[in-house]
Amino acid sequence: MLKTSALVVGAGHCGLAMSRCLADRCIDHVVLERGEVAHSWRTQRWDSLRLLTPNWMTRLPGFSYRGDDADGYLRAPDVAELIEGYAKESAAPVRANTTVTSVRRAEGGYVVQTDQDMWHTRSVVLAPGASTVPKVPVLQGGVPTGITTLTPLDYRNPGQLPDGAVLVVGASASGIQIAAELHRSGRQVSVAVGEHVRMPRTYRGKDILWWMDGAGLLDERYDEVPDLVRARNLPSMQLVGSPDRTTVDLNSLSQAGVQLVGRLAGIRDGIAQFSGSLPNMCTLADLKLERLLDTIDAWATKAGWDNADPPRRFAPTTVAAAPPLTLDLRSGAIRTILWATGFRPDLSWLDVGVFDRKGNVRHDGGVTASPGLYLIGMPFLRRRKSTLIDGAAADAADLSRHLAHYLDCN
Amino acid sequence: MTTMQTPVDNGVNVEALLGVRDALAETPEIAQFQWRATVSWIGGTHSRSTVDTFYGFGEQQHHKTTFTHDIDHPLAFAAQDNGISPVEYVLVALGGCLTAGIASIAQHRKIQLRSVQATVEADEDLHGILGADPEIRNGFTGVRVSYQIDADATPEQIKALVAQSQKRSAVYDILTNPTPVTVTVDVP
Repeated sequence: MLKTSALVVGAGHCGLAMSRCLADRCIDHVVLERGEVAHSWRTQRWDSLRLLTPNWMTRLPGFSYRGDDADGYLRAPDVAELIEGYAKESAAPVRANTTVTSVRRAEGGYVVQTDQDMWHTRSVVLAPGASTVPKVPVLQGGVPTGITTLTPLDYRNPGQLPDGAVLVVGASASGIQIAAELHRSGRQVSVAVGEHVRMPRTYRGKDILWWMDGAGLLDERYDEVPDLVRARNLPSMQLVGSPDRTTVDLNSLSQAGVQLVGRLAGIRDGIAQFSGSLPNMCTLADLKLERLLDTIDAWATKAGWDNADPPRRFAPTTVAAAPPLTLDLRSGAIRTILWATGFRPDLSWLDVGVFDRKGNVRHDGGVTASPGLYLIGMPFLRRRKSTLIDGAAADAADLSRHLAHYLDCN
Repeated sequence: MTTMQTPVDNGVNVEALLGVRDALAETPEIAQFQWRATVSWIGGTHSRSTVDTFYGFGEQQHHKTTFTHDIDHPLAFAAQDNGISPVEYVLVALGGCLTAGIASIAQHRKIQLRSVQATVEADEDLHGILGADPEIRNGFTGVRVSYQIDADATPEQIKALVAQSQKRSAVYDILTNPTPVTVTVDVP
C-alpha cells in the first residue's frame, strides 16, 4: 500500500490550490484525478461558456492571470489550460486518470482505493467540484416520451437539439445563458423561473464583481452570515461572461422574445404545471438587487469611488399579466427540456459517515467531524466566494493550516 | 430606521420559532404535521366545520378550544347566507397566512409594525362551477392581495417583508402550486 500524509481528491483549481498550500508547508501529499487536470472544464462545459468572473479575479495561491485582457472572461478551454499551467508551475504531485472508488477510515487515517492502487493517508481533502452531477427534480419522471431532455453538463450547442421549442427549467447562470443562446438559434424558448439572483454584468462602469470584491461582500465568512443554510443554497448569480459584457436577465430575455413562466411545480398527465409565484420570485430578486446596489453605493462613497459612473437603479422585472400555468408536453410543441436546476458534487465513493439526511457532507467551514477529513470548493464553504476560482486561495490557506495542525497533533 | 430605545414587539415569539427550526436539525421527524377539520352538512348549502385537533411535534395537539365555522353561500345564489362561502374562506386563509408571516418576519428583522391591513380579492367565472362552459375552470382565475402597512421601516424594507412572507407562506404555496387531493367515501 502506498503511503502519504495528505491525499487530495480532484485536480481542479481547488485541489491544486490545496496542493500548493500543502507544498508550501512541506506536507507530503498526492492529488488524485479521475481524468486530466481540470477534467470537468475539458469535458462538461458547453461551447460558448466563459468564466463568470473577469480575468483579473483569476487568482490562485502563488498565481494570477498574466494575460493582457484583465477585464475579459476566459473560455472553458482557456480555463483548462490555465489550471494545467498552474499545476505544472506548482509541480503538483498529480496522478491523472486515477479514479477513487472508496475512501474509508482506517487506523491512523484513511484508506483510499482507486482503480490503479491503494493508499494509506493520514488526511484527505475532498475537492470533487461542486458542479459534477446535475440535480434534476424527481418530477422529471412525468416527462412524456419523445421529448429530448438534457442538462447543462450534456449541452454543447443549439445544433445538438432537435428543431422545435425548448423549455428551460431554471433561471440561474446556466439557465439564462442557454435560454438566450437557444433563442438566438431561432427556437421558441420558455424559461421556468423559480428563486433567482438578478445581477447586472456591469454597474457604474465596472464589473459587478469588482464592486462586490471591493466592498468585501465576497469575503463574507460562513460563521458571520445570519442564515448559513440559506446562503449555502442560494442559486448562482444571473451572469454571463461575454466580450461585450452584456447583462442577461429576465427582462433582456423577455424583450428578446423568450417566454417566462413560473417555477415548474409538477407534471401531471403529460401537462407541465407552473407555479403562480412568478411575480413574487421576480419581486424578491429585484428587491435583493436593490439592497446589493445600496450596499455598493454606500461603500463607493466611503472608499472614494465617487468618480465612477453615477448610481442607477434597474427597471423592475416585467412579468406578463397572466403567464401560462400549464403547458401540454404531449402536444409536440415542446421538443426539448433542459434541466438547469443546479448541481451537486459526486461523493458516491466516500464511505465515511459525514453525510446529513439529504446526502450533503456536514462540515464546519470545510472541516468535517471525521478527524483529518476536509472538503473544499462548495457553496459558501468558508466565504461567499468559496465556489469562485478566486475563493480557493483563502479557503485552501485556512484548511491547510488546520490540516497541518492536525498532522502535528496526531 | 428602527428605533433603538424601545424593543420591537409585534407579539410574535420569534425565539420560539427559531428554537423549533434548530430542533428540526436534530429530529426532522417532528416537523411532520397533519391538519384536520370535520365538516357536517346542516341543510341546503349550509355546513358547519369543527376544528379542534391536529398532529405535530410528534404527538396529538389540541387547540385551546373547539372552533366552529359556518359555511354557506350568499342569498344571490338562492342560498341562506348562514356563513361565508368556501371560496371566501380561501381568501381569509391567504390573508391570515401572509399577515402572520409579515408579523413574524418583521419581529425577526426588528421592525415595529403599527398597522397591517390586507385586502384580498379573487376573480372567478361562474361558467365553470355551473358547468356552462367546459373551457372555464372552476377556481379562481386570479388572486390579488394589496397591503397597507404602517411600520418603522423604509418602503423597501416593508416591500421585502411582504415578499418574504409570500416566500414562506403555506397558503400562498397551496394556491400557487398543484397539490394532490384524494377524496374517499365510506358508505354505511
